[in-house]
Amino acid sequence: MAQLVYDKNGRLLFTKEMAKEYTILAPQMLPDHFAMLVSILREAGYNVEMLNTSGHTILEEGQKYVHNDACVPAILVIGQLIDAIHRGGYDPHKVALFITQTGGGCRASNYLYLLRKALARAGLEYVPVISLNLSGLEKNPGFKLTVPILRKAAFAIIYGDLMMNVGWQVRPYEVNPGDTDRCLDECREYLISEMRAGRGMTFKSMVRNFDRIIEKFKAVPVSGKEKVRVGVVGEIYVKYSPLGNNNLANFLLSEGVEPVIPGLMDFIIFKVYNRDVDVDLYGGLWAKQKLCRFLERYLMKYQHAMIDALNRSGRFRGPGDFNDLHNLIQGYLGDGNKMGEGWLLTAEMLELIHSGVPNIVCTQPFGCLPNHIVGKGMIRRLKEDYPDSNIVAIDYDPGATKINQENRIKLMLANAQKRRQMAEKQAAAV
Amino acid sequence: MSLRIGIDVGSTTVKVIVLDEQDRLLYRSYERHFSMVREKTCELLQRTEDLLKGQRVRAVITGSAGLGLAKSANVNFVQEVFATAEAVEKYIPDTDAVIELGGEDAKIIFFGGALEERMNGSCAGGTGAFIDQMATLVGVTADELDRLSLGYEKIYPIASRCGVFAKSDIQPILNQGARKEDVAASIFQAVVDQTVAGLAQGRDIAGKVVFLGGPLHFLQGLRNRFQESLELDDEHAVFPENGDCFAAIGAGLCAEGYEPELYEDVLERLQKSVEDRGNTQTMEALFASQEEYDAFLARHNSKKPPEVDVSTYTGKAYLGIDAGSTTTKLCLVAPDGGLLYTYYSSNRGNPVSVILEQLHEIYKICGDRITIAGSAVTGYGEDLISSAFQVDAGLVETVAHFRAASHFSPGVDFIIDIGGQDMKCFKIRNNAVDSIMLNEACSSGCGSFIETFAKALGYSIADFSKMGLMAKHPVNLGSRCTVFMNSSVKQAQKDGATVEDISAGLSISIVKNAVYKVIRAASADDLGRNIVVQGGTFLNDAVLRAFELELGRNVTRPTIAGLMGAYGAALYAMDLGLDKSGILTEEELESFTHKANPSTCHGCTNHCSLTINLFDGGRRFISGNRCSKPLGKKKIAMPDMVNYKYQKLRALNGTGVGDGSRGRIGIPFGLNMYENLPFWFALFTKLNFEVVLSPESSRGIYLKGQKTIPSDTVCYPAKLLHGHVEALVEEGVDAIWYPCMSYNNDEGIGDNHYNCPVVAYYPELLAANLPSLQRVRFLDPYVGLWRRKDCAKRLSELFLKEFGVPKKETAAAVKEAYGAYDAYVEDIHRTGDEYIQKAREEGRSIIVVAGRPYHIDPEINHGINDLITSFGFVLITEDCLSYRMGYEPRTVLNQWTFQSRMYNAARYIATQKDMQMVQLVSFGCGTDAITTDELRTILESNGKLYTQLKIDDISNLGAIKIRIRSLMAAMDARKEA
Repeated sequence: MAQLVYDKNGRLLFTKEMAKEYTILAPQMLPDHFAMLVSILREAGYNVEMLNTSGHTILEEGQKYVHNDACVPAILVIGQLIDAIHRGGYDPHKVALFITQTGGGCRASNYLYLLRKALARAGLEYVPVISLNLSGLEKNPGFKLTVPILRKAAFAIIYGDLMMNVGWQVRPYEVNPGDTDRCLDECREYLISEMRAGRGMTFKSMVRNFDRIIEKFKAVPVSGKEKVRVGVVGEIYVKYSPLGNNNLANFLLSEGVEPVIPGLMDFIIFKVYNRDVDVDLYGGLWAKQKLCRFLERYLMKYQHAMIDALNRSGRFRGPGDFNDLHNLIQGYLGDGNKMGEGWLLTAEMLELIHSGVPNIVCTQPFGCLPNHIVGKGMIRRLKEDYPDSNIVAIDYDPGATKINQENRIKLMLANAQKRRQMAEKQAAAV
Repeated sequence: MSLRIGIDVGSTTVKVIVLDEQDRLLYRSYERHFSMVREKTCELLQRTEDLLKGQRVRAVITGSAGLGLAKSANVNFVQEVFATAEAVEKYIPDTDAVIELGGEDAKIIFFGGALEERMNGSCAGGTGAFIDQMATLVGVTADELDRLSLGYEKIYPIASRCGVFAKSDIQPILNQGARKEDVAASIFQAVVDQTVAGLAQGRDIAGKVVFLGGPLHFLQGLRNRFQESLELDDEHAVFPENGDCFAAIGAGLCAEGYEPELYEDVLERLQKSVEDRGNTQTMEALFASQEEYDAFLARHNSKKPPEVDVSTYTGKAYLGIDAGSTTTKLCLVAPDGGLLYTYYSSNRGNPVSVILEQLHEIYKICGDRITIAGSAVTGYGEDLISSAFQVDAGLVETVAHFRAASHFSPGVDFIIDIGGQDMKCFKIRNNAVDSIMLNEACSSGCGSFIETFAKALGYSIADFSKMGLMAKHPVNLGSRCTVFMNSSVKQAQKDGATVEDISAGLSISIVKNAVYKVIRAASADDLGRNIVVQGGTFLNDAVLRAFELELGRNVTRPTIAGLMGAYGAALYAMDLGLDKSGILTEEELESFTHKANPSTCHGCTNHCSLTINLFDGGRRFISGNRCSKPLGKKKIAMPDMVNYKYQKLRALNGTGVGDGSRGRIGIPFGLNMYENLPFWFALFTKLNFEVVLSPESSRGIYLKGQKTIPSDTVCYPAKLLHGHVEALVEEGVDAIWYPCMSYNNDEGIGDNHYNCPVVAYYPELLAANLPSLQRVRFLDPYVGLWRRKDCAKRLSELFLKEFGVPKKETAAAVKEAYGAYDAYVEDIHRTGDEYIQKAREEGRSIIVVAGRPYHIDPEINHGINDLITSFGFVLITEDCLSYRMGYEPRTVLNQWTFQSRMYNAARYIATQKDMQMVQLVSFGCGTDAITTDELRTILESNGKLYTQLKIDDISNLGAIKIRIRSLMAAMDARKEA
């Protein structure tokens, strides 16, 4: 059994010994992205498992051990981890936990600490917690995000974005139910095996893989006329996590529309850009800015490759890139608005509106601080500038019921369908 | 063409209509469904049989509770707001806006220009269910409430955001003896404010406005409030004949496009669906068998006071009165603790008359045999009752409960009391009340909630709670506020849960709420070994059982659980050791009179709503006041840092050292300006700008900006900014200066030095939501004050660009501005030292009020500082102490400047014998979900008390008083120990 080692502030460390013996549990957010990320970490020698659990015990554990005024992502993420320790059949003395930490000014940076408090209250204070962050917060001898891992992670994210994107462009039209998901599973497994073999992680092979993925999805038999498209934006966890948003994407699918869910890469670039622009706004190290700009360019190159692949497919629509989003937000929010999803959230709504998707679900945890400003706070202005925009803000909360959420989304959908019918009538009349 | 059926299944009612080919209404019905959604729908539809027998029809269902029904019966569904809009467009085509209030939803539709349809978010209670709950509180039916409201004279401000909050506003008003007519109208006004604030979101409700939905259809008083508030004449306020059925009519209209089918087929499918059960989460039954229940009862019923026969008893007796928020309780107790007489009843909105009646009754029983040797009163109405009847002593509720609990369980270390409206929990340490937890707005869900629910479903509270005892599959209803629980019940109803299962589920929810939201316990050991439960709600066996199951531990429930406050007061009266009570005698009662006059205090900006109670013999009692000003007494000026800082900042207005020649700069007095104003004032005046500070915050300022608030769950300090900026626009300033600031000053005591997202970016929200800002220059650049040189450089560039001020001039002014800010901080430190010194010289205890800098705004703290100093404390703020401690790692990420100060202040307080902390928490403050636990840990691990006061747009000072007085009682107990 690994010895428990603490740093000078009394923080339990994840040691090299633990790295050999322990299973590291990771909470779920984006199933396909995370599956690949986990695979990369396993290749690097860490015994990581991604939790795919659901069910009411997660919420109950979360509410029991996390301050109930904390936002719902904290309650669910921490609930999922503790639930896994209690019910997942693991030896509690041989698990460690992953949690991400962005280091921004919103409450989310405190999830790690809330998790530790929760563990202590649950009598699990011997379970080490590993912070996944890019800010150099909290180091552990037994775990390190090395440059090769991060480089691979960037591939995983962009592959994940592409699969999510084409997946939602195909799924609503598939002839044989489940075809799209099967295709997605195949692609994901293929990519994982490629990565395992050390392939698919050069720019060239990535572009080749993009085309291969797109061809695979193109081959899925589809039918039917184009459906109304509905965008999903919001606080990152409830935007993506089916556990957090009551399976929003599938609900939209069942309502006969095509969900459009912007990818994760923009958020990553956004977080790097924040540091870059801080230097402009407030002053700071020139070298730091240089490094950030290098990273932005590097990540944007990947993003462009993905968008180009989509656009040349002749079938799929490519989204705007990070620069497009940044241009759209001018006149709405300043570059310094960076906490949580910051200006990116509003920019995503603008991008959706500009690309013919004025119907949007803006998701946020109940009482989400940044979203008071960048979500709900901007809807009026968007409505003024784009009278056709049809945005519904939905709060997610342990106490909120699915029926209330769905009823509000249905109102937005009814209007979307009506507008489409009117547009079709007009077109027919002409 | 065929006939069309529209079915609207709402949260409380079902509406069925039939339309003919010409869109004329052939049939309509509107009935409450009492949770039997599917049965009622079938019943109503069946009544149309004569009309529709054998016909081919098109049917469409709408409504929040209709979704599940439509699915399982395979009937077409349309969203209700959409349906309503269709109906309005058809029948009242020139409409500009629609306001529809339903049982639990509020909706608004704007026509003309961009069509906009909105529903209340998840946090909103100003609807039909809210009115029902309020009526219960006042002790009348909704119809009576309506009639009462027509005779109003005065409107009291009642929190408009949340139903639960409104409740806690209304209780004190009622208890102060306000007229029911005025309270009724105030309740309706709150609904109006809620609709305007929560739904309009910046768009004007004007032109021709159509009002729909049950409440607006039936309640004339509510209509009047809407019409007056929106300034609509009769021509522009339209209340259509079938306004209660418009959604159903809309659904009928929407049926146009569907295939007709045989009426009998539709009916049959609906009838079949009654059997269809959904998959609501259920939980373990409360009792497995009748035997288990019997054993449970036997165990609890053994905890009771000694038997005594009142008809033969002779000797002394002690009277305890608990004038609670909704109920009045009395106990007449013999010296051995035996109960001679008890009384428990709703105070029917006037506790004075209830107690008068009871005193008569008690004197009758006492005759010559029994002498009342002492009396004591506790509860919300303590002061009022005390001066009305000259009761011997008053005591704070927590102390009364502790006194009673230790009578039944001498080693008690944890007491939880769930009454009609409040939930109180406290630990007992060193023989004193310690660490009090009360339910806050968003964690409410007490006894009256079950009661209202029972009534809504058509049961008495007793029957309803009994039904849950043997329920097989209690539904899981979640554990947040009552509004959420309403929707959870709706979902369960949709899935076909039985009333028994709902009843049990509600009991369990209340318990979960108490354990996880209020007490915040992870295990039974967090509470204590000897737990006493009390309060009327625990008389409900289902609640008690759920509590024991949740904790996995047996607890003590005395048989008089509902009377513990009064019983404790009686025991306290006994402790006084008097020979005869000074309470009004039987003769004196004969001439007793009571008159309550509403009034408003104009002593300061708080504008307290006062009630002046006049009794016979010239006894007078004023309630509703926050300070002693309206009592005609001279205010004793205790050192008060909140006041000091506020006066100092308010003075930063005008041209200062400059001549004001460069123009007038408006600065909104809110949020981080309470910290940074000394800097900006110095900077602008040095550069010869005149600084125009927005007026002092007030209810009026809030209302001025209320309709442009896009997110109704943001904190009140932020909401106030809308009014401040509007006021500056009206003032006609040349520019408004309100910079965005991700970061605050770096004081070296945290891991980072952020502002919270709301403080940081609210300027941008204002820019996007205040139409009036298009008429004035609004400057909201990003500024970072903590890097002084960089900041000077960037401000120089900015001021050159914006105002043409030469760079050098700005740079010099920035330097001086930093000097001014540093001097301000220095002055706070020095003055804090003086206050502490003075307190120590006079032997006074020091209360450190910890919050954000903007919590010194009297409109935000509602004069809590005055309340605290009125008890003889010296008051300082967190920033007087925080600099005395250095950096130390915390168990949370210590990344916000203002919050770091609180941690440091707490650490310092922990080292000082004569200091205690009171934390002010704005409702909706996300960062305080982090700070409150951390502060509690810092203080309690050092043997200090932790007191948290939650505040919002309107505050229930009664609850705050309880906390402060309990804090005092605990401090006293510690001094003795």
